[in-house]
Order: sequence, then structure tokens, then C-alpha cells
Amino acid sequence: MKERIDKVRKSLTVVAHLLRKEFLQIFRNKGMLPIMFVMPFIQLIILANAATFDVPEVPFHLQDFDRTALSDRLVKRFTSTGYFKMTGESFRQGNAIGVLTGNRADMVLTIPKDFEQEMMTTGHAQVQLLIDAEDGFTAGVIQGYANDIVTAFNRDLPELLPQLAGTQIVQPVIDIQSRGWYNPELVYIDYMVPGVLVVLVTLIGLFLSGMNVVREKEIGTIDQINVTPIRRWQFITGKLLPFWIIALGELTVGLIIARAIFHVPMLGHYYVIYLVAAIYLLVVLGMGLLISTVTESQQQAMFIAWFFIVIFVLLSGLFTPIQSMPHWAQNLTLANPVRHFVDIMRRVMLKGSNLGDIAKPFGILGLEAVVMLALAVNRYRKTSE
Amino acid sequence: MAEAVIQTEKLTRKFGSFTAVDEISFSVASGEIFGFLGANGAGKTTAMKMLTGLLAPTSGEATVAGFDVYRETESIRRNIGYMSQRFSLYDDLTPRENIRFFGGIYGLGSSELREKGERLLDSLDLQESADTRLAALPLGWKQKLAFSVALLHEPKLIFLDEPTGGVDPVTRRRFWDMIYDATDRGVTVFVTTHYMDEAEYCDRVSIMVDGRIAALDTPAMLKKQFAAETMNEVFIQLARPAKRGEG
Repeated sequence: MKERIDKVRKSLTVVAHLLRKEFLQIFRNKGMLPIMFVMPFIQLIILANAATFDVPEVPFHLQDFDRTALSDRLVKRFTSTGYFKMTGESFRQGNAIGVLTGNRADMVLTIPKDFEQEMMTTGHAQVQLLIDAEDGFTAGVIQGYANDIVTAFNRDLPELLPQLAGTQIVQPVIDIQSRGWYNPELVYIDYMVPGVLVVLVTLIGLFLSGMNVVREKEIGTIDQINVTPIRRWQFITGKLLPFWIIALGELTVGLIIARAIFHVPMLGHYYVIYLVAAIYLLVVLGMGLLISTVTESQQQAMFIAWFFIVIFVLLSGLFTPIQSMPHWAQNLTLANPVRHFVDIMRRVMLKGSNLGDIAKPFGILGLEAVVMLALAVNRYRKTSE
Repeated sequence: MAEAVIQTEKLTRKFGSFTAVDEISFSVASGEIFGFLGANGAGKTTAMKMLTGLLAPTSGEATVAGFDVYRETESIRRNIGYMSQRFSLYDDLTPRENIRFFGGIYGLGSSELREKGERLLDSLDLQESADTRLAALPLGWKQKLAFSVALLHEPKLIFLDEPTGGVDPVTRRRFWDMIYDATDRGVTVFVTTHYMDEAEYCDRVSIMVDGRIAALDTPAMLKKQFAAETMNEVFIQLARPAKRGEG
């Protein structure tokens, strides 16, 4: 028994030596340190603020051919909400297209002559909205804002034009009021930060582990390691553990930033996040190590890592909803570890989901961790064939 | 003859249709300095990789330190030292850290490590630079340190793959003094080199040409056999007809 314990202690000491060496090298690499410890947080702050679906202050161009009290009222509705900003005004019909193609405005509001007159006599009148739909998503958002404003204007018409009382104004019978649950104000930062955090941890994990072993191949020290009696599991543990620790550390700093700077709510438990992150990182690091063992240069490893990162992030539901992807792409995302961790992070932080709620994506991550590590261990050989 | 530390029988390695090492058979006796010579591309490195367990042979037999190269590579690794032509220590670590790391992964205990490490730094006169990163040290010092580190776990046999490349003759001579010291302690040395003066220092020399061993004997006998003044002439006579060129 004592002999057994001694043996275990001895082989763990070997891992400890490897760990110490990796950490010494990591913290001595002056070029990598800022990339590892400063860049991710700058990215978090920039991305979290930049990547929102809000379209504030839509620049719009006005063509008011009516120029009456009522048309003025309508224009004021647009300018006073904060959603729209008037960037110009003109009175020639043909100008509108030029404004849109010249990117001087995203929308043109045209109020025809006799707008007020028609409203008074018939009870309804038309205005025209030309929206630049080059970016369909943004156009949809703009249209939504404009519709809201026009609807509200309709509702208030009897007050604005008391003489209208009695005439039939087209009123919506059902007034739909929507409320977003779990993120009631639809604060996009709350929605983005958990996802961006996942991407950062993934980048760090995949790149550091992907570059590491192949770097030793490039320098030639891998042969020196391979002629020693070090065991495969010792080598792989010694190579992965440092990045696992660093990535969890970065996640922690990221969560602190999310809380302190972005005030992202945390309705769930931190232990759930850490438990999932611990497993998730095994998938990422195992993959990095696999890349490292099948490539011959850091350049190759870099390209392969990028290839996967781009696919993972685009198919993660971080920027574009998975529901709007074609069916085959939706199925593809089921294998994407980034998708599952983004999903879990959002659910735990914004909805307070517990372990039971996230069992399915968590299970998938666990399975992927096993497969990845098995592949990586299997591909790493001390003796080449 | 003393017991054989390395014994090969028709050891062969093919890469596709290319036979890098073609049925080489030789043995190295305990305590010997065995020079393993050959032009670039003759198959030296491939042969050495098979003997150190880095590359699986295609066919043939070989035992190293008494262990089979197919089945007992882990035991071989425990019993050999290896210093490769591409510099084998970490440039971004200090001598002390390198000693500690390599000693550590061979399973040396911490007190043993400290004691041996200090003795090693003393003997190499490296105490002053013990905490300087290796990258800043002269190549000759690094080679001596790499050699000593490869002997830390007291192997019976050490493989040196062009250990003195790129340094001046004086530094090389000092390096060979260290090799002699090691053989005095009973270590067997298997060394590849491109320097023919170093070939003269070996007990026996083999010369590989196109994947085969073209000659194998003591330097004196080889010179006699080829009616040559120096090992340089012997080498040129043998290597000139080689089909595989540089590279």
C-alpha cells in the first residue's frame, strides 16, 4: 500500500515539474502576456458595447409637402423619441432616392400635400416611409420603430384634432402589448456579455493549447521530452492544466467585469457556471492539443484553429439567432460546443437556470470532452510510426 | 569483448518506397565510444531515432541497454540519455530551471535534484550564470550543460547527435574531455559527428553510406584498410560514390 502511494506521489511530482516549467515559460513570454491578459478584456468591453441589435438615432430625411400644424406634429413625434434623428429636409420629390443611395439617411419620411386636409375631411390620410433595406435586419428594426410612432399618433388623433370627433378613425381593435421576460428592457448588453465571455475563453483556450505542443516540435525540444520516461497522461495533464487554470481565471475576471461594469444580472449560481466551464474547457483544450499534435508548425495550427473558431462563433447563436438558420445549419449547431456554452451562460445568468434545466447541453459538452480528450491522447505519440 | 549495450540485426526503416536505413547490423560494447558517421542523408538520424525509441523500425531486430526496440521502449528511455543536434534545453529557462525540469521528469527527488544540480553547476563553472536565461549564454556552454543534463539520471548509455555543431575547436576539445570523463564512469557513448578529428577520438567508428554501414572498425584499422593518412580521407573515399546527395 505504502509503495503504491509512493508511486502515485512520484508520478504526480513529474506532472508538477511539467506544470512549473509551463508556467515559467508562459509568464516569461513577453509577447504573449498582453495577448493573454489584456486583449480579452479590451475585446469584452468593445464587443459588449458594439454588438447590440439596437438601432439608435436612425438618421432620417424629411419631405414635408403639407407644412401644416398636423404634419408638424407627426414630425415632432419622430424627432422626440430618440429613435430618429432628422439629418435633412427637402421639397423635391426626386431627392429621396439620392438621399438613400448617398447613405445620408436610412429612412425618408414623406408627408404628401393636403395631409391635414384629407385627415379632416375623410378621417384617414397616408404618409410614405422609404426605408433603406440593404441590411434587412436593421430595416426591420427601423420599420418597427416607425410603426410604433405612427400607431401612437393614430391613437392620439382625436385629441390632436377635436373637430374629428365623430368621424370614424381606423383604430386597432386589439392593442398588443409585448413584454420581454428575463430581460424586460431588452438590454442587449445583458444578452451579449455572457456570450462574448464564452468566445473569449474559447479563443484563449484553443489558441494557447493549439500553439503549445507544436511550438516544442518547432524548437525540437519535443524529441528531448519524448526520450524521457514521461507518461502520456503526465505529459498531457502538464500541457493542459496550465491553460485550464488560466482560462478559468480569465472567466472569473470576465464575470467580475460583467457584474461591476456592465451590471449584467446573475440570477443563477456561479457554481453552475464554473462546473460547466470546467468541462467545456476540456473540450476546447483537448481540441487545441489535437490540432497541435497533427500539425507541424505554429502557422498551420493557427490556421486550423481560426477555421474552427469562425465556424463555431458564427454558428453559436451569439450574433444571429439559431432559429433563423436553415434547418441543416441548426442541426450542425448541435455539435458546436460554443453554442451550448453560450446558451448555458445566458440561461444561468439571465434566467437563473439550475443544473437540472441545462442538463441536456451540459451532457453534450461532457460527451464532447470525453471524445476530444480521447482523440488528443490517442494522437499524441512518443514514437512516430 | 564486454557485453553489448546496443545490438542490431538487419535493422531497417522505410518511408514509403524510400529505404532510409537498410539492414544495418552492428553492436556497441559497454564503456565504448562509438562514432556513427555518414554524409548528410545517409540515414544516421533515422537510425538513431529508432535506437532511442522515437521512431518505430520497419523490420529487423535491435536491443538497447538490453531492451527490445519494439516492445520495451519505455525501459529503454529510462536507461538512456539523449542530446540532440537541435538544441535540446529550453532557451527561455535558466540553467538551474532546466536542470530541475529534466531531472524532475526522470523522477529524481527534490533533495537529490538540489544536490546534483549544485554539483553540476559547480563543475561546469556555471554558478554565476545559473539564473540567467539560456538564450543569453554562449553555445559551447549550452552544449556542455545539455550533455550534463542528459547524464543527470545516470544512464548506462548516452546518444549524442552532432553534439558540437557550430563551436570552435577549443570548445569542442573541452567537450570531448567531458565525454572521456563520462566513459571513465562506465557510460557508453554513441555519437554522430561531421568533424573527422572527433572521429579519431572514438574507440570504433562506423561509416554509413546510402542507408548501409559501409565500414566499421577502429580509426587506426580503418586508415590502414583504406591506405589513408587521416579519417577525413577514409570518409571521402567511402562517401564520394554515395547516391544520396546533400539534404
